[in-house]
Amino acid sequence: MKPDLKPPRWAERLLEFFCAPHLLEEVQGDLHERFQRQAMLFGAKIARQQYAWNVLSFIRPFALKRKKSEYPSTYLYRPDMFRNYLKIAVRNLVKNKVYSFINIAGLSAGMAVAILIGLWMWDELSYNKYHQNYEKIVRVMQHVTNNGEVQTWPNTPLPLAEELRKSYGSDFKHVTVSQDAYSILSYGEKKFSKKGAYFEPQITEMLTLKMLKGTRNGLQNPNAILLSESVAKAFFGEVDPLDKIMKMDNQTDVKVTGVYEDLPANSDFHEVTFIAPWQLYYNNNEWVRTMADPWRPNAFHIYAQLIPNADITTVSYKIKDAKLNKVSKELAKKKPEVFLHPMSKWHLYSDFKNGVNVGGKIQYVWLFGISGLFVLLLACINFMNLSTARSEKRAKEVGIRKAVGSVRAQIVYQFFFESLLMVFFSFVFALLLAQLMLPFFNSVADKTMSVPWGNPLFWFTGFGFSLLCGLVAGSYPAFYLSSFQPLKILKGTFRAGRWAALPRQVLVTIQFTVSVTLIIGTIIVFRQVKFAQNRPMGYNSNGLVTLPMYTSEIHTHFDAVKKELTKSGAIIDMAEAGSPPTENYSSTSTIEWKDKDPNLSVDFQTIAISFDYGKTIGWSFKEGRDFSKEFSTDSSGLILNEAAVKFMGLKNPVGETIKWYGTSNKVIGVVKDMIVQSPFQQVKPSIYHLTPYPGGVIIVKINPLASAGKALSEVETVFKKFNPSQPFEYQFVDEEYAKKFDNEERIGQLATFFAILAIFISCLGIFGLASFIAEQRTKEIGIRKVLGASVTNLWQMLSKDFVILVIISCVISAPIAYYFLQEWLQKYTYRTEISGWIFAVAGFGALVITLLTVSFQAIKAALMNPVKSLKTE
Amino acid sequence: MRRTYLGEFEEVVLLMVAILDGEAYGVTVSQALEEHTGRVVTFGTVHNTLIRLEEKGFVSSQLGGATNERGGRRKRIFQVTALGSRALQEIQQLRHELWQMMPPTKLRLTGL
Repeated sequence: MKPDLKPPRWAERLLEFFCAPHLLEEVQGDLHERFQRQAMLFGAKIARQQYAWNVLSFIRPFALKRKKSEYPSTYLYRPDMFRNYLKIAVRNLVKNKVYSFINIAGLSAGMAVAILIGLWMWDELSYNKYHQNYEKIVRVMQHVTNNGEVQTWPNTPLPLAEELRKSYGSDFKHVTVSQDAYSILSYGEKKFSKKGAYFEPQITEMLTLKMLKGTRNGLQNPNAILLSESVAKAFFGEVDPLDKIMKMDNQTDVKVTGVYEDLPANSDFHEVTFIAPWQLYYNNNEWVRTMADPWRPNAFHIYAQLIPNADITTVSYKIKDAKLNKVSKELAKKKPEVFLHPMSKWHLYSDFKNGVNVGGKIQYVWLFGISGLFVLLLACINFMNLSTARSEKRAKEVGIRKAVGSVRAQIVYQFFFESLLMVFFSFVFALLLAQLMLPFFNSVADKTMSVPWGNPLFWFTGFGFSLLCGLVAGSYPAFYLSSFQPLKILKGTFRAGRWAALPRQVLVTIQFTVSVTLIIGTIIVFRQVKFAQNRPMGYNSNGLVTLPMYTSEIHTHFDAVKKELTKSGAIIDMAEAGSPPTENYSSTSTIEWKDKDPNLSVDFQTIAISFDYGKTIGWSFKEGRDFSKEFSTDSSGLILNEAAVKFMGLKNPVGETIKWYGTSNKVIGVVKDMIVQSPFQQVKPSIYHLTPYPGGVIIVKINPLASAGKALSEVETVFKKFNPSQPFEYQFVDEEYAKKFDNEERIGQLATFFAILAIFISCLGIFGLASFIAEQRTKEIGIRKVLGASVTNLWQMLSKDFVILVIISCVISAPIAYYFLQEWLQKYTYRTEISGWIFAVAGFGALVITLLTVSFQAIKAALMNPVKSLKTE
Repeated sequence: MRRTYLGEFEEVVLLMVAILDGEAYGVTVSQALEEHTGRVVTFGTVHNTLIRLEEKGFVSSQLGGATNERGGRRKRIFQVTALGSRALQEIQQLRHELWQMMPPTKLRLTGL
């Protein structure tokens, strides 16, 4: 027989796979005989084809059906055996306390984190779902082009709402204009300032408010107000609030016409604690009624609800030019494009870049989801590693079980049973742990979540995940241990070869890769925060306090108040401004200067201030001078910041004339850039101007010699004297400034949390492995000691393996971390560099931690008396 | 009498087994089929039929006769049982009787 005359291999395999064993011999024989003859007659090619064809012709019931075994098969679900598995599992748990602790602790830590992350993701993903019209509610927004850059604004001009109703009304069920409200509400002696909003009456239907008192028609009367449950409680306690007359901002009487259930924390409207009719705002604000060009101020929010079968994308496209068609030529230059942002995307997809939605918080949902999964994976890896490492110990058990009649499936069941038992233990601990960690987690993540004990879905997912975990973690030991041949194990010739340790090493490497990546990430996030914090603010926030003003009493008696407070030594200085130094609400596009490129579109921040503003906050001048009462012309003077000078390209800014909305103003000074908005972005061009009108806030500089508490109480008494109607409120500027880092710091804290957990779990794992290896090599260590090895030698020998694995992990994790963090840093204009030492530190740190963990076991083993270790058998 | 139905193809295969007389196994049966009836059938079909005939008790089988070209695998050699041969004879008998009953004109009409 020629060696090349062989039937196709795959067909052989296929036949061997499907054909019943008792038929295989004759069938295969026939096929081969036929094949040889065909090959002789027609050549190898045709013979092969025929062979394959014939093999396929055997795929029919008679060949597939297996002959029944003559012997009864082992019944796999015998309760006795399960009782035995349980007994053995418990004995093993108790006997190896350290392993059991490591397994359960690691796994429950991992699961607890997975539960918390799961809750967090659930909370994020169910944002706004409280509102039943969730699918159909939209926010009207606009893209505006400024010097080629597309900006996206959530605020719109007022007449747009009417335009949508009039020209596109067939697609909208409700359209409402809205304005945020921050007002003092008072009833009798009780006064609180509360956040709320002005809406048109349909809003109650749109948001499907659950009315506890009154009806959803409550906003028809312009002097009505709806209160949230908590606000109603604060004012009226148990008394029925309906039809009570309250005062808003100490001037307007409003009647309570309804109480609605508090909106949940995961609604974008959760800060709306009262709702007042839009008409009230319109009546009370003269400027809204008398706007010269109502299409100009983008100062209003518009929300809408589409009709049931309208498609948001289509309608969004339809209304694209709703504003463009109406505005003046000059505003049309900015190519305003109106679009609808669906409620389902408000929270998670809120970022726009060049007019395109680029995600937003959804990235964090992914990031944390993946991190949580990784932590869980690390814990599962521990479990697998320790179980396989202990396999040699349990090999004898497997051998004996097989020898007395266990079939392989039973061994597989046994190990799955054990791992599931462990996993469910861990699940119980994880639930406890999650409950304990929840308050901390809530404070870090800025949430108010609770474990939904009563939710069947929660239990379903919880048990589902545990089951999956148990199967994944138990699969390797179950299939590996059950594959041992009893004869070899019992004869003692069984030795897990070098390959047996390889998967374990790979898994340890994965664990450390994840851990080191997280360490690097944590360091870089914190460096980024630090980098931005170290950026000069441009002013001195020490002892700076802002006090919001809703009424004009203090403004009228400004000088008297200031005099009284400085005289008592409570404050050094005091000023008024349109907004606190950490925020700004107004901007303008109507700025003209000499040599201005007519195509350049402008967006300048405008900050209205009083005299002494600069002195109070401590800005510093680059050129020129501050506003001064000595120059009467300063009322039309301007102070620019460096960014504005740079934007305008002025060589000698001081003395230049700048036209703002047609009026000429003289630049009297240039101040160094101050960080008002995000400390991670460039400072925007800004204009400071004097205003004779009351500002939104009073800023005071507390005397550094006085204690802050005492100074503030003095400020309070004086303010109360002049303005008894307003509750005293204040904010420290440095605290407000620090809040700008909240988001980044939160990420940093969470990254730290994950990194520590990952390291902890990984270390638990190698601690277990090290102790196991030390135990396994007891005899070897004894002999080495007898032959003269020193403790250092032995320590080196035992630690070396792990150190190599950690070094490999560092090498793998460096590029991964670099890639992802480079991506993350791209978001920030002001960003730290990823320098080499960070990788070195992270790697070194991981190495030190590993050595500490391993050394404990290594030294313990190395110090053992060789007489003892060699004597025992 | 237990009447077991014998299909057309089964009958042909059973005949082949009888013809081959002690030499009938998968390969030879399918070869004989091809040779004498011109029917080309796959091995799967032949084996299937042989096994069904054995289940019905028309043939018996035993293993033996390994050759080199079979890679040392044994053949399953089939032999017609008493029941099998009686079934064949009955069919033959029945056909014969039926032929006798046919009017002679009929044969001519159909061109025979």
